[in-house]
Order: sequence, then structure tokens, then C-alpha cells
Amino acid sequence: MLEIKNLHAQLEDDAEIKILKGVDLTVEAGKVHAIMGPNGSGKSTLAYVLSGRDGYEVTEGTVTLEGEDILEMEPEERAAAGMFLAFQYPVEIPGVGNMTFMRTAVNAQRKARGQDEMSSGDFLKLVREKAKSLKIEPEMLKRPVNTGFSGGEKKRNEILQMAMLEPKMCILDETDSGLDVDAMKLVAEGVNALRDANRGFLVITHYQRLLNHIKPDVVHIMSEGRIIKSGGPELALEVEEHGYADLLAEGA
Amino acid sequence: MAALDDTEVREGVDRETVETVASMAGKYKHGWSTDIEMDFAPKGLSEDIVRLISDKNNEPEWMTEWRLQAYRRWQGMEEPDWAMLEIPPIDYQEQYYYAKPKSMEKKPKSLDEVDPKLLETYEKLGIPLREQMILAGVEGAEQAPAEGRKVAVDAVFDSVSVGTTFQEELARAGVIFCPISEAIEKHPELVKKYLGSVVPQGDNFFAGLNSAVFTDGSFVYVPPGVRCPMELSTYFRINAENTGQFERTLIIADKGSYVSYLEGCTAPKRDTTQLHAAVVEIVALEDAEVKYSTVQNWYPGDEEGVGGIYNFVTKRADCREDRAKVMWTQVETGSAITWKYPSCILRGNDTQGEFYSIAITNNWQQADTGTKMIHLGRNTKSRIVSKGISAGHAQNTYRGLVSMHPKAADSRNYTQCDSLLIGDKCGAHTVPYIEVKNATSRVEHEATTSKVDDDQLFYCRQRGMDEEEAVALVVNGFCKDVLQALPMEFAMEAQSLVAISLEGSVG
Repeated sequence: MLEIKNLHAQLEDDAEIKILKGVDLTVEAGKVHAIMGPNGSGKSTLAYVLSGRDGYEVTEGTVTLEGEDILEMEPEERAAAGMFLAFQYPVEIPGVGNMTFMRTAVNAQRKARGQDEMSSGDFLKLVREKAKSLKIEPEMLKRPVNTGFSGGEKKRNEILQMAMLEPKMCILDETDSGLDVDAMKLVAEGVNALRDANRGFLVITHYQRLLNHIKPDVVHIMSEGRIIKSGGPELALEVEEHGYADLLAEGA
Repeated sequence: MAALDDTEVREGVDRETVETVASMAGKYKHGWSTDIEMDFAPKGLSEDIVRLISDKNNEPEWMTEWRLQAYRRWQGMEEPDWAMLEIPPIDYQEQYYYAKPKSMEKKPKSLDEVDPKLLETYEKLGIPLREQMILAGVEGAEQAPAEGRKVAVDAVFDSVSVGTTFQEELARAGVIFCPISEAIEKHPELVKKYLGSVVPQGDNFFAGLNSAVFTDGSFVYVPPGVRCPMELSTYFRINAENTGQFERTLIIADKGSYVSYLEGCTAPKRDTTQLHAAVVEIVALEDAEVKYSTVQNWYPGDEEGVGGIYNFVTKRADCREDRAKVMWTQVETGSAITWKYPSCILRGNDTQGEFYSIAITNNWQQADTGTKMIHLGRNTKSRIVSKGISAGHAQNTYRGLVSMHPKAADSRNYTQCDSLLIGDKCGAHTVPYIEVKNATSRVEHEATTSKVDDDQLFYCRQRGMDEEEAVALVVNGFCKDVLQALPMEFAMEAQSLVAISLEGSVG
């Protein structure tokens, strides 16, 4: 599904600051990969570079989604190709209704893929159904995007958007941050409901606890812009118990 | 596009316009229909031109005198220079003050000759093709069949009103909606009583000019206790080159009546600048309510700032008697220069004035716009919500006066003034004037300035919207309070206009 080879990236404004220093990673369809690592290891940058955010320059390496090179694509083209990023800090857009936002997004992607726009009726039906499973109140759909949402509401809203857009490749950037246990369970259930043989997941997290709810197939440890170790779910437990220090020493 | 090829292309626009005018002013009928090339109103301004305009409209002597009085006053007046606008010198003798649509060779004969960019704009607006052709200035477009919609329209094409729809249906309700030229002839008592009673001849330079040379415009009278059965709409269009458009609108809402009035404006793309100096007067008597909405989409000039309309407009409402209520809503996306302050005089006790505004400036556009709320009566209320959006090299100024007079006890004003910047070469300015001359009134003013946030744009794009769609969405969100104040039909149009006006403003 997603193939990252020898990816190097630095800040656009400061070539001295190199953040990704040769990331190799392949996420297969139907699999959940987790990336763990200490602060500043480049996890969030990887998510941004994959989704095409401004401010980073890729100096080396390739990224393909289903065999297609995505590094030259605009963010919206990547989105239409099936890339989705659940933001660590979902952005507030005052005055724009959540429903309007999602409908505009769904139809923009459909249009980019040469499909007909979804009718208001069909959209409404779908969004209500998906919202219900995430315990999102209908009232929240009418509020402006993320404006005045609690931390938990924002993250559930991200998962709702993911469910509506049905992406092929989902990146979750620290989706567990700022969530209490109940909220985390809800979010994890939402993600698990989307697990599918044709969909890949890359779950970025600091802590192992999210992985109790979203069971990964593969766990990677990232440090100083590279993947230094990969393994099964037991690797996450190891981090939980001993911290990163041993692994980092091992990788160095 | 096939449908367009079937459209009969001929010099119909001009002939129809001329014939309509001719039928209103029989005197010149023959001359016009036989020789439409005739230049009947020479360039420049003088007492003779004022008389000529009055004559063409077949006006009574008192009207001619009123105009001449205005002209003499205007001669002693100076252009206002206090606005934050750079206005190139305007030669008032180089304008036509009563022009028929200009020579045909210059007008596009079919859509193929029209600037594709202009067509693209209209297409995006979702305007039916027939309308598109009219907007693009294609000849013969007016003859194409129209789709009926339940809005009474008075269309003012260049200097003349070319027709008003639904007049009979309105007449049954007792509502008078007609070109002001017709009102002068048929309802002189109303015109005499109210014309100039809100915006006097000597009010300001541009209002003075308008009073002398206004050629047409709309007239509305809603009798006591009548709720106007449909929206009234005037559609203004400047077509001819070097023509000033000076329309005059007079709306009278008698006791306990209600009317909602829409005004739309367009002009074709020209390299030369064009002058537009309109006056709108609204009189609201006891318990009357008037809503006046404008979507102003005059040609703003090109990306380099060449051409465009200079829009100097005086709009004022007088809540003359108790409990009258007036609401102005404006969406200003066009014009190279906008100088416009729709105002309310809250004369009666318990009267209310509201002003909702979206002003968008892109490229080299300049706007200095806002409102005046003059509180004279007791317990009067006003509310101002202004949203200014600047992009490109544009400058956007909100200028507003809230004045609480000594007798306006217990009055209130709330002002909210938000500016949004796109890019780093544009400017937003807020200039509030507040005068409170009594101890019991309250005035609140809130202002914010923000930039379209890169994070917001990236968020939208990550979800699949392209950059322009993303900007339009964020900006529409910013304007929501005002868009909501517009009648449904206009709100949709305004939303797409917001998107179109900001095209090319990012990236």
C-alpha cells in the first residue's frame, strides 16, 4: 500500500535542520503499523511529509501509494488518491459548519476521482449513521469545524471524517494525546471498525496504551529521523516497561 | 455551448433600449428609431446637459429646476478627500451623462468574442446562459427567452430603465414599483415630497452630481399596512464605454408596511475606468420595516489595476417615525474604488438600524466603506457587523460613525468589525468614530484582524479541497454572520462571488 524508501527531509527555511534521515517503511494493505519514538524523533514530520504539508523539503528517497509516486502531488491530490491524516491538533474553522466541511471534502474527492457528487440526502444519511457509531451528537455536526470542541470531540471528529472519506491509507498522528481512557476507547473502536483487508494504517504514538485498543501488526521505533528497530506488538510492551533508553543505545 | 449558437445575434440590445426610452419620452421617438447612432447627449456637463436629460425624460418644470439647483450647488463643491483612497483625478467633462449603448462594432457579436475569463466567471456563478450573455454584453441576448422567477425586477441598462416586471401583480397589492422617471410623471406628489428629503442636493459632492444628472433608477412606494408580496429587485448594468451611471432610488415604506429590496450590479470589462455615483433614499414611517440588500459586482479592474468602476454611492435611510426599522446588507466584491456608507437616521423613538457588510478587495482594489448610525430618538438601537477581506495589493477600510445625540436617551449600539488578510501585501484599516452626547446611551465596539491561516488551508486540502476551494470555505465561514442576513437567493450568489473574487489570491 504505502512504500517509503530512504526518505530524507529537511526544513524548507533552514537546510541545516534535517529531520528525516533515511526512513524505510512499507505498510501493506490490511495491516496496522505503529511508529513509536521519543519527542523530536521525526514522527510527526513523517506524517506531514507524507501528506504534503508546506515547509519541508524532500532531498532524497521515494514514497509511493499503491505504486504511484506521491511526492510530486499536491496535498489534495494525495487525499483523492486515498491518503488521510488524522491530525494531532485538529484545526478550528470558525463559521464553517462541520457538516458543510465534510460534504465539501467528500465531494471534492469524488470530483477529483471523476465520480458524481453525493446528493444531500445520501450524505446526510451516511453522516448520521457514522456519527452514531462514534457517539457523536447530531448537534456537533452543525457546530463550526472543531470550534469549541473538547479534546475528545476533536479526535472523534477526525475519525468521523476518516469514516466518511474512506481512505486507503490512514495516518493517525498521536490521536491518543489529550484523551481520557473512555474517549480513547471510543476512538479506537472507530478505527477498528475501519480495519479492512484493503486499507493500511500507520499509527503514530508516544505511548503503548493506544496499542492495547488498536492492535498493531508491526511496531517500529523511530529515533533521530530513522527507524531503528521493528518488531511485533511485544516491542511496544518493551518500550512501556523500559522506556526508550535501551533501544536507543542498541540502535546507536 | 450549442444553445448559444442558435441565439439570434443582432443589434437588438440597442434598439430595444432606445425604443423603451423612446416610448417613455415620445418627443425624441422618431429621431432615435431612425438614427440610433445619433449622439444625443454630448460629453461633458453644463446646464444645457442637465436640461437635456430632464427634457429626454419628459420631466415637468419643477423637476428640471430641482436638477438645475443641484447642479449649481454641485459646482461650488469639492470632492471629498478624507477617505483612505487614492483616487486618480476624474475629468467630469470627459464623461457622458446620458449615453445610449455605444457603437456596435466594439460590442462582442457572440460569446466567441467575449473574454473567456469573463465567461468562466459567469459560468461559475451558475447564471443561466441567457443571463451570461447579457452580462457579457452580447447583443441580442435580451431577446432570448427568460425563465420566470418570482422576483419583480427593474432593470437599469446604462442610463435607462428597460423594463419592470410584475408591475400589475404589485399594483393589486397597492405597491408602486417603477422607474423613477415614470414616478416623476405619474406620482409627482410622492416624488416631490420625498426626493432629496433624506439625501439633500448639497449633501456631498457625489450626491450633488447625482441630483443634477440622475437619469433613472427605481421608485418604490408601499402603502400603509401592506406587506409587499414579493422581493423587489433592481438590476443595474453599466454597458457603454465612458458612461457614468447615476441612478437614483427612492423607497417609501408607509406606516406599518414591509418591503425587502435587492440590488444587483454588474459591468463588463473595460480598460477605461467608469464612474458610478448613485443615490439611494429610504423613508420608513411609523412601524415600517425595510430590508435593503446589495450584491455589488461591478468590474474591479484587472490584475494590474487597469480599468474598473469608481463607485461613489450615497445610501441613507431615514427611520422618520417611531418604531421604524431599516436593515442594510451589502456584499461588495467589485469596483476599482468603493466609497460607500449606507446609513440610518434613527429619528423616531424606538427605531432600529442594522448594517451588515462584507467588503472584499483583491488585486489593486480599494474600498473605504462602512456606515453611519445617527441616533436622534429615544431608545433607538443600532447594530453594525462588518467583515472586510483583503487580498493581493488591496486596501480595505471600515469607516463608521455612531452618533448618540443629546435626546437619544437609553439608546444602544453594538459594532463588530472584523478584518481578514490574505497574503502580506494588502491592508486592512478600521476607523470608528463614536460620539455620545447623553449619559444613558451605550456604545460597544469590537474589532479583530486576522490572517487566513496556513494550518486551516492545509487541513482543508488534506481533506481533498483545492487551494481556492479551501480559501473560499474559510472566508465564507468568516463572513457567515453577514451572509445569513441576506435573502436566500442572494446568499447563494454571494457565496459563489466570495469564492470568485478571491481567485488567484493565494499560491
